[in-house]
Amino acid sequence: MTESTPNSFRNQPDERGHFGDYGGRYVAETLMPLVLDLEREYRAAQADPEFQREFDDLLEHYVGRPSPLYFAERLTEALGGAQVWFKRDELNHTGAHKINNCIGQILLAIRMGKTRIIAETGAGQHGVATATVCARFGLPCVIYMGAEDVRRQSPNVFRMKLLGAEVVPVTSGRGTLKDAMNEGLRDWVANVHDTFYIIGTAAGPHPYPELVRDFQSVIGKEARAQMQDRIGRRPDLLVAAIGGGSNALGLFHPFLDDPDVKMLGVEAAGHGLDGDEHAASLLGGFPGVLHGNKTYLLQDEDGQITEGHSISAGLDYPGIGPEHAWLKDTGRVEYTAITDEEALEAFQLLCRTEGIIPALEPSHAIAAVAKRAKDMPKDSVILANLCGRGDKDIFTVAERLGVEI
Amino acid sequence: MNEPDPMTTSNRLSSAFAKNHPALVCFVTAGDGDTAANLDALVEGGADVIELGMPFTDPMADGPAIQKANIRSLGAGTTTADVLRIATEFRARHPDVPLVLMGYANPMIRRGPEWFASAAKDAGVDGVICVDLAPEEDADLGPALRARGLDLIYLSTPTTDDERLPAVLRGCGGFLYYVSVAGITGKQSALVADIAKNVSRIKRQTDLPVAVGFGVRTPDQAAAIAQVADGVVVGSALVELVGDHGADAPARLRELTAGLAKAVHSAARAPRKEEKA
Ligand SMILES: Cc1ncc(COP(=O)(O)O)c(C=O)c1O
Repeated sequence: MTESTPNSFRNQPDERGHFGDYGGRYVAETLMPLVLDLEREYRAAQADPEFQREFDDLLEHYVGRPSPLYFAERLTEALGGAQVWFKRDELNHTGAHKINNCIGQILLAIRMGKTRIIAETGAGQHGVATATVCARFGLPCVIYMGAEDVRRQSPNVFRMKLLGAEVVPVTSGRGTLKDAMNEGLRDWVANVHDTFYIIGTAAGPHPYPELVRDFQSVIGKEARAQMQDRIGRRPDLLVAAIGGGSNALGLFHPFLDDPDVKMLGVEAAGHGLDGDEHAASLLGGFPGVLHGNKTYLLQDEDGQITEGHSISAGLDYPGIGPEHAWLKDTGRVEYTAITDEEALEAFQLLCRTEGIIPALEPSHAIAAVAKRAKDMPKDSVILANLCGRGDKDIFTVAERLGVEI
Repeated sequence: MNEPDPMTTSNRLSSAFAKNHPALVCFVTAGDGDTAANLDALVEGGADVIELGMPFTDPMADGPAIQKANIRSLGAGTTTADVLRIATEFRARHPDVPLVLMGYANPMIRRGPEWFASAAKDAGVDGVICVDLAPEEDADLGPALRARGLDLIYLSTPTTDDERLPAVLRGCGGFLYYVSVAGITGKQSALVADIAKNVSRIKRQTDLPVAVGFGVRTPDQAAAIAQVADGVVVGSALVELVGDHGADAPARLRELTAGLAKAVHSAARAPRKEEKA
């Protein structure tokens, strides 16, 4: 593990896609030439002002960026400590940060001449965002979704279908997000000639973790400028929920070289870290290889992958993006975990204090904010990523609260 | 990551490919059914090389047949220690039959490459195929295996073009596994003419034997491929028999393997790589 402090935390990965000991490319050989192609095309796109212009234009006029930076006055008062600010990515078109990445990737797919899009989804947020950009650009779209998730998230399944996507319930394995990702990879291997795989988080074989981070970094870039505008300085602490880690990296990355800015990534502790019923890969897992990258994974002593659990379907994944694994080992970012119960409480707290119904994913971040804010001086500033809105979660929450709707 | 040292490569594997006929390579999943009896049946049927699958929760390059075998095996509680014990006992019963472990990276590197390589060596394993270890990540397994005289067998596919092939061949030992279809293991199969073209393309760049797999199910297919390759790999068709026939599986495996072996062994020996000009 890396002990020395790098000069910059923003120059990862290396040319082979490694973030320290993590990342890389662990895919079947059939996919390797394609993954190398994608990297070449991504480098070309990065150097192409027209690509950036198109991306920015769609983010502004289609997604609705920049998203507001909001001072949560009543929440701050209720917590009685640091000022709490939110980056309002839940106001994006489709209701979460996921669309930022989907816009970037579909532009890459078009650049590469691909004519068919596939994606995996857990809760359905990434599936909806992918189906949305496919409708926008007129490309056929197949979404793989665990059969169990199809049942639990029927409103999102219907949304995807309205948008013209084909939703394939995955029954292999245990029918959850990781099985959906396996099925996506199987489809891709068999259709490399025409298919682009839009991965939904900052994970997978290089260059996915890098390019997803870059597309999501619009969150942190905007926030950095907005903070400067509003209070003339940087925040003291950034907080974000972590499933695969894309919204967190999007917020953190532009600040990584600001030593005055501390960062807290919040994993899902489910029913608690002492049992097996959690989805905290960094705090409760070990390094290993899955879905194209080396990173922390929930696994047993033989390297078999175990299922995560979280009240939030978007955090319920047994892996995490490799850059977070590296940021943990270097100590640049601190990681903590929040239980289902704590997230539910934070969900309700935000509803009542701010009139915002958050998704269950950022509710984990809000719960961590609530714990930290109390012990911080009143002139300190916390910025949390409100990465999704809670419409999709009201059924889960009602069930947990014992309410029939 | 240099050329494997000829003194340390597996004698069992190289002699299997030095016979005067192409080799039949047979795959079953460890811990699926009575694996010892299944393996014995493959040997009795005439398999020249055994591939023993290490079960994994997430076999993302496999089709339904081998996915189910993985689930059956893990459902029965198979551990890495069990897989190694199956290998050790196989080696005791069959001192001369080459044995290759095939699986995914995570179970192989869980306790570190050195641990895995020495455990595999002690179990009498000759080579390892790691489906999701790209040659770019060779450092995770290759050096530890090669240092103990075990071959790391890489895969080449229809998408591996001439420019990329050297990267695949660099750390590859024992034989090269040519995956004949861009897809997962299972039922689709490639045209023999395409296979022939690709195998000769590969042979222009290496002296390693080339075994062809994915989608080979019947003696007729095997015979046709054996005309143009050094070995033919059969997996899903065998694994399905294990899934369908329970206690009768060994008899069925022996029967299918015998038919495949007859077809492969009577094929004309593939022409060796032309001498380098
Ligand atoms: C609103 C929301 N937040 C967070 C996540 C977790 O993903 P990531 O950690 O990549 O941001 C999801 C995933 O579905 C989501 O929908």
